[in-house]
Amino acid sequence: MTAVELLQFARGPALWASVAVLLAGSLWRILGIVRLGSRPDLSTPRSTRLFAGAMRGIFARMVPRVEFRLQKKLSFWNGYVYHLGLAVIVFGYLPHIQFVERLTGLAWPPLPDPVVYVCVGLTFVSLFIALMERLTDPVRRLLSGFDDYFSWAVVVLPLATGMIAIQQSDQLPLAIHLMSVELLFVWLPFGKLAHAFLVFASRGVTGAALARKGAPL
Amino acid sequence: MTQRARAVLESAKAPDARRAAREFVAQAGRDAAFQLEACVHCGQCADACHFHLVTGDPRLTPIYKLRPMLKAYEREAAPFASVKKALGFAPPEVTTEELHEWSELLYDSCNLCGRCTLACPMGIDIAGLVRLAREGMAAGGFAPSDLYKAAQRALDTGSPIGLRWPALKRQIELQEQETGLKVPIDAEGAEYLVVLTSIEIMGFPEAIGALARIFRQAGATWTIPSAGFEATNVGVQMGSREVAAELLSRIVDAAERLKVKTLISPECGHAYSALRWEGPNLIGRRYGFEVVQIAELLDRFVREGRLRLRGKDRRRLTFHDPCQLVRRGGITEAPRRLMDGVSANQVEMPASGAASFCCGGGGGVSAIHRAEGLRFAAFEIKKQQIEATGAEAVVTACGNCRNVLEEAIEHYGMTMPVLGLTELVAQYLDNDGR
Repeated sequence: MTAVELLQFARGPALWASVAVLLAGSLWRILGIVRLGSRPDLSTPRSTRLFAGAMRGIFARMVPRVEFRLQKKLSFWNGYVYHLGLAVIVFGYLPHIQFVERLTGLAWPPLPDPVVYVCVGLTFVSLFIALMERLTDPVRRLLSGFDDYFSWAVVVLPLATGMIAIQQSDQLPLAIHLMSVELLFVWLPFGKLAHAFLVFASRGVTGAALARKGAPL
Repeated sequence: MTQRARAVLESAKAPDARRAAREFVAQAGRDAAFQLEACVHCGQCADACHFHLVTGDPRLTPIYKLRPMLKAYEREAAPFASVKKALGFAPPEVTTEELHEWSELLYDSCNLCGRCTLACPMGIDIAGLVRLAREGMAAGGFAPSDLYKAAQRALDTGSPIGLRWPALKRQIELQEQETGLKVPIDAEGAEYLVVLTSIEIMGFPEAIGALARIFRQAGATWTIPSAGFEATNVGVQMGSREVAAELLSRIVDAAERLKVKTLISPECGHAYSALRWEGPNLIGRRYGFEVVQIAELLDRFVREGRLRLRGKDRRRLTFHDPCQLVRRGGITEAPRRLMDGVSANQVEMPASGAASFCCGGGGGVSAIHRAEGLRFAAFEIKKQQIEATGAEAVVTACGNCRNVLEEAIEHYGMTMPVLGLTELVAQYLDNDGR
């Protein structure tokens, strides 16, 4: 298979197959949890504004309470760096926007390339700090398993292959970059990367439950 | 119901990991599953837990305490469980040895205080999940023996310490002599039914006299039931809904028998959780009466002008927030307003209110003898916070907190009284014309 053929494969069948797995797997995971059902809460609520509570849970937890913010741990702030960095790279880089436009017709103004390149560097460093902390901190090392390390690799790969693809005009690096993204799509619904959508349910459920009691969030 | 509750206690004689696993899975409903699946293993909950902070033991990380429940859920009920099983990727079954080890993690080193819940960036209600995991542990026979024994006594006598009606009656009579006020017993049609905890009855009986004075000034009718007077619910603490439902139903029966409008939850955090939030779900129906915590009632009386206060305590006082009332129960403002009404020199501990640290004895920990050392160690943080205030006395609104604080203060050689909020309010009632 030539580089051109590999790129065609990555842009065609591999892309659609990975997107199908991403959507079907995510749906399966969500429905698999929803089907477990829940019993109605018979206690008298202090507040019935449960939807507002769920929304508050989702958005308020983006920033920790001041009591926990004071811990000032590197990992704590590092989490923001790689999440925001990835968002800037995925949604702010012109070739990515053009890629989405080709598939969906949707487009938006890009960020200047130098800004994105700085974000790539910061995110790369930030993800390695995250890995180092996971390997060295006794708590995170105890909590971590295959899913944690594989998910880390699956996130870093598109970043690394993307950095190579930027520097070369060959089609092979671009094909490899695309396929690394497709690997991420395929893995996302099955491992901890699914927190990308599970976070809304988890925070929402707790936000609603605490709102029901009138308890602090 | 009684037979089912007693059957749970029998499980302690022959611990069974598979029975525990089945219950773990049964407890993992939709909401719990969303939370179990959302963890990103960031470990931030560790820094919120006083047990981890004082020991540095990574095993005491709150989310790690849920590992057996998570394993059982992932093996049997998670969305990809059947596929993983077929491919040989499913987690192994939980073992007896594992659950004996986790008994320490899920009971001795967890107060169900919910500070971890407040800290989790994924919004996982870790304390709520530990409460569910305890159902599996108790059903499997892996709860601490002290809690099984307390549950046995509660089922047999009505009280986890074996306290029966004659003992309460004697304490009531002493308080009647002390205050010169009659305490109504089994008065049908009273507005308020007051239930008490064994800790209050034996350790702080003056709370009964305080209530008599408060209800007299408020002009409200009230009563204490001779059957179903014990508010402590060891079933909720150990994690047995069968035991919890049986104990709770005795209070519900009393409230319905006496046709009261309002049930007053006493100064006890877990009693409030059991009566107010878990109760209707435990017995499978809504109550025909309202449940109000005593601090809420006092606050209501003061704001309605039914209780008039005169004078204030001049000592430097600090308020300890009972986790189940404030953080988990939603009673955030009433205790502070009451404190403002009776204290002229109140000083807050660091991070007081929603994110305050537990006394270390909640969630049944104070009843587990083997956990005593760890409990005193965990108190170190609270000790530093109390000392930072320079307070002359601590006030709280939970009898268990009060007992645990008194024990720990004595253990650390501190000299400081611990006061009950209800008694403090009663002390500053304006009795002119009464």
